[in-house]
This record gives sequence, C-alpha cells and structure tokens, in this order.
Amino acid sequence: MKRVSTATAMVALSLVMAGCVTINIYFPAAAAEKAADRIIDEVWQLKPGAEAKEGESAK
Amino acid sequence: MKAAWKFLMAMGLFAATLVFAQGNLEVNTPAIAALKASMADRHAQLAPLYASGAVGLKSDGSLAVHDANAVPLAQRSKLNTLVAAENSDRAALYREIAAANGHPEWADDIRRTFAQRWIDKAPSGWWVQDQRGWARK
Repeated sequence: MKRVSTATAMVALSLVMAGCVTINIYFPAAAAEKAADRIIDEVWQLKPGAEAKEGESAK
Repeated sequence: MKAAWKFLMAMGLFAATLVFAQGNLEVNTPAIAALKASMADRHAQLAPLYASGAVGLKSDGSLAVHDANAVPLAQRSKLNTLVAAENSDRAALYREIAAANGHPEWADDIRRTFAQRWIDKAPSGWWVQDQRGWARK
C-alpha cells in the first residue's frame, strides 16, 4: 500500500513538472510587452525620474 | 506516506516559483545594460532626426531613413551611420533578451513586441511604418 502511494506521488509530481515545462515554452507576450516598455522608457528617457537621478549625481 | 506528502508539498512550492518566474522576462544582464546605455546615448543625436522626419520607425522593430532631404547633404553619411549603428544595437538587444531567458528562438517574438511598442510610444510628429506604408503620427 505504502509503495503504491509513493508511486502515485511520483506520477503526480512528474505531471506537475511536465506542466511547468510546457507552460514555459510559450512566448510570454504580456511580460515581453512590460519589459519592452521599461527598456523603451530608459532609451528614450520618457520617465523623468531616471533623468533626475542622473542629473543629481552629475551635480 | 507522510514523507511522500511532504515531498509533494515541497515540489508544489517549487512549481509555484517556476510559474511565478514565468511572469517576468529577464532583462538585467550586463550585455543588455550596455546596449541600453549605448542606445540611450545615441538617442540624443537621433531625437532631432525623428522629429524632422529624416528617420522613421519601421514595423519590424528597426529604423530607416525616411526623408534624407531633411538633413543637409554634408550630414547624410552620418545619418546612415547612426541608423545602421542603432539597428545593429536593436538586433543585438532582441537577441540578448531571448538568450538571457534561455529561449534564443524568442528573438523574433521579442522583435515584434518591441516594434509595436516603439511605434505606440513614439511622440506625435514622428514617422512610423505600418502595413500601408509610412505615416506621420
């Protein structure tokens, strides 16, 4: 009986792990959009906060 | 039996961490930081060129010369150099983000995402490209 439960646990575990791997191969579009926005804000200096910090350290 | 449940529980927590990690893209590597700095630096020179229409944002996430006549003849080769340098940084940025996340094959998806966001975030007056061609925002 004990051996059967352990086997069941192992099967459940492998299913969970396989599920995670499966999720991870899809391109995370929403996360990519957020990352793009952050990088574009920095490159184009659209967020005044980042500029002000650099200005202060220059003074 | 008890040990098996504890083990399952621990693995469940581990799985939850994986799912959470999935919600973000890694963009903080030294290579990405260097590319961002180089692009932010170049932007000081590019900003007036976007505004005058000399360069525009393409729908594939790169830049192109849109109206070379907006720039004096003497500065046109510099214009081309700037556009080429920016495009090479952008291509490297898309590649680096994909590689930093362990999925080099995502580079094209990342390029498409950026293409859309560059255009969405461009101030009015800049030239952008869509399926029908160039348009002024």
